[in-house]
Amino acid sequence: MRERFLVGFDPFVLPFLCGMVFVLAYCLFYLVRILAQLSAEDRKKFFKSLLLPSNALKNIRDMFLDCLIHVKLWKRNPNLGYMHSSIAFGWFMLIVIGHIETFMYVPGKAGLFYYPIFFRYFMEVDNQELKGSLLFFLMDFFLLIVLSGILLAMIKRIWRRFFGMRRTTRLSITDHIGLYSLWAIFPLRWIAEGFTAGVAGGSFMTIPINMLLKNFMSNPENFNIAWWLYSIALGTFMFALPFSRYMHIPAEILLIPMKRAGLKVYHPRKGFALAQIYTCPSCGVCIDACPMSANKQNCKDTTVYLVRQLKRNNARRMNAMSNKCLMCGKCQEVCQIGLQSYDIRMNIRERARYNIQLKHNYLASYNPDIKQAKVLYYAGCMSSLTPVIGRSIKKLLSIAKVDYTQMDEGGGICCGRPLILAGKKAEAQAMIAKNTEIIKASGASILLVSCAICYRVFKNEYKLSGIRVMHYTEYFNELIKKGKLPITKGNVRYAYHDPCDLGRGCGIYDEPREALSFVGGLAHAEKERAMSVCCGGSIGSLTLNHEDRKPIVEASISNMLYSNPDYIVTACPLCQKTFSMYSPVEVLDFAQALCNGLQEKDVN
Amino acid sequence: MDFGYSLSKSSTMKIENLENSKFKALAKLEPDATKCIGCGCCTASCSAGVFADMSLRQILLSLQRDCQDKYLPMLQNCMLCGKCMLVCPRGINTRHLILSICKIYGIEQ
Ligand code: SF4
Ligand code: SF4
Ligand code: SF4
Ligand code: SF4
Repeated sequence: MRERFLVGFDPFVLPFLCGMVFVLAYCLFYLVRILAQLSAEDRKKFFKSLLLPSNALKNIRDMFLDCLIHVKLWKRNPNLGYMHSSIAFGWFMLIVIGHIETFMYVPGKAGLFYYPIFFRYFMEVDNQELKGSLLFFLMDFFLLIVLSGILLAMIKRIWRRFFGMRRTTRLSITDHIGLYSLWAIFPLRWIAEGFTAGVAGGSFMTIPINMLLKNFMSNPENFNIAWWLYSIALGTFMFALPFSRYMHIPAEILLIPMKRAGLKVYHPRKGFALAQIYTCPSCGVCIDACPMSANKQNCKDTTVYLVRQLKRNNARRMNAMSNKCLMCGKCQEVCQIGLQSYDIRMNIRERARYNIQLKHNYLASYNPDIKQAKVLYYAGCMSSLTPVIGRSIKKLLSIAKVDYTQMDEGGGICCGRPLILAGKKAEAQAMIAKNTEIIKASGASILLVSCAICYRVFKNEYKLSGIRVMHYTEYFNELIKKGKLPITKGNVRYAYHDPCDLGRGCGIYDEPREALSFVGGLAHAEKERAMSVCCGGSIGSLTLNHEDRKPIVEASISNMLYSNPDYIVTACPLCQKTFSMYSPVEVLDFAQALCNGLQEKDVN
Repeated sequence: MDFGYSLSKSSTMKIENLENSKFKALAKLEPDATKCIGCGCCTASCSAGVFADMSLRQILLSLQRDCQDKYLPMLQNCMLCGKCMLVCPRGINTRHLILSICKIYGIEQ
């Protein structure tokens, strides 16, 4: 191969070149900005983790698997996975092979970064050689891969079900510009390379195009227009990139090592959070996942749109969206980039300003007299509205002859989680301190909790060294396995609902199921475990009111009724109360279900 | 002449004469503000009520009648536990209502 022009430049490269310089400058600016926004401590942590060789290897592996292959999307839906990885990986390979060609044939031009992109324009074949043909073949092969991805992307706009999606993201104007220019890039490249294929060589994709109108296509006078169009498409894409969802391409490269360094979100749109915001590709997977979307008008409040408003710094919408969310954690669970929407929303809530501050002056003088016992049972506020839970638990405890006492008989101090969810961290700390004092003074070695909401905060926010915090599903499962509870298996089928705070919040999925399998059969819900659907009653949502919640609750119930269970069982008083409002089958608490399995003689 | 007692001041109030711009702002922020029927279920079940004065019913009534100054400090006792939300027969989103009151009204120190 040899160069057609010794200057190695043509004005048509300018749109691409300007776009590229713009993108690089923009990314550099934001890289510095994000790093500058991190606290000195976080920054140190980040650089330290970056330099660790084992981390570096893991980072490179993640970049390959997440940015290029999109493994998580493959797992979600193979069509969706193929669409993304064919475009990302195929494009990546085109760039890599383009560079290899440049290095091989014109190492002197390798410094010009437009050269490998427009290689076929600047070169011509003098004699056919094997390695050249192989490269030609590979280039055309990856072009075909990318084109197939683009075709799928077009299909996705009209036939979402094919990709396992019910809804997809409504794109913004810049997203549209980015999308259409991205769609245009590769067909235009195909045509442009088709024009030059007669001179510069090609393979199974480009040669046939060239053959089609050989005289017209092989005439060098006609080359320019095609290459201009290709370059303009590239340039448009580059200029739209920073303002569109395609910013995820460069941003993810930063986010992966940041996540590995274990940074924390400390501001809704600065530092680590900003890196996450830029990395969201608006894939829209979180729309279908969100329980709020059972009510169509809530779709606009899902995480993908929150991210958009965060980018725009629209304070009013940001607040409204963060206050509406049920904080069920599902969007974070399904998100391919692991966007920490929970932390981002909490940071927004914590910034709300109030004229009246909560004080809880009565905490200081509250000193309950609690009997010493091995197990300290904390029922929590909600459980007092569902007395059957407390009764069932106490019955099980006395049958198992457990030495226990209740911490909040007749009313106690709230665990603090509702305050945390309302963004009132400092006020919650006061409750946490008081409860810690009471728990420590009780001398108990196990804190037994029957509410998923309380359990999460006891587990994560309290420092109760030496005291084992146990959810009653874990505790009773242990008692059953130790043979302390005389239960028998009946022929009822239970569908177990994973409460958000217990499942996604604390990772407890197996214990309740194992325990229930001793008293009856398990009926699967349509979506369960980490994919479980919030009951809709969550106190995580501040603004959803009773009527708004109804469709959410009903959708969640129908998810539970998927395989026609006799009962729905849940392990959270709030879920139980919420489901009971609309469920056609009886909703039992976990402890109630266990009591149903007690052998006759023990029941009385 | 002092009989040691007197006629008490009329407690009649003209709703239309009340200063209700703040209440309107509250109802805009949380429309449920206007739904309360004063049944008192919230107060009866209140977690904070065990330890201190806390009556959401009284607070809501006082807001509607623009005589809230005496009652607002009660709000500071609320733990936002949400029990009142579950018992309210009108399905009022009490937690957000409480937070909204805290945003719109203030307490004179
Ligand atoms: S937040 Fe996650 S799931 Fe939602 S659109 Fe962004 S990347 Fe996709
Ligand atoms: S946390 Fe749950 S309710 Fe909130 S946006 Fe995510 S999926 Fe929707
Ligand atoms: S949220 Fe506040 S007012 Fe309502 S029951 Fe709990 S402590 Fe009482
Ligand atoms: S329970 Fe509801 S309707 Fe009854 S007084 Fe309280 S807020 Fe009003």
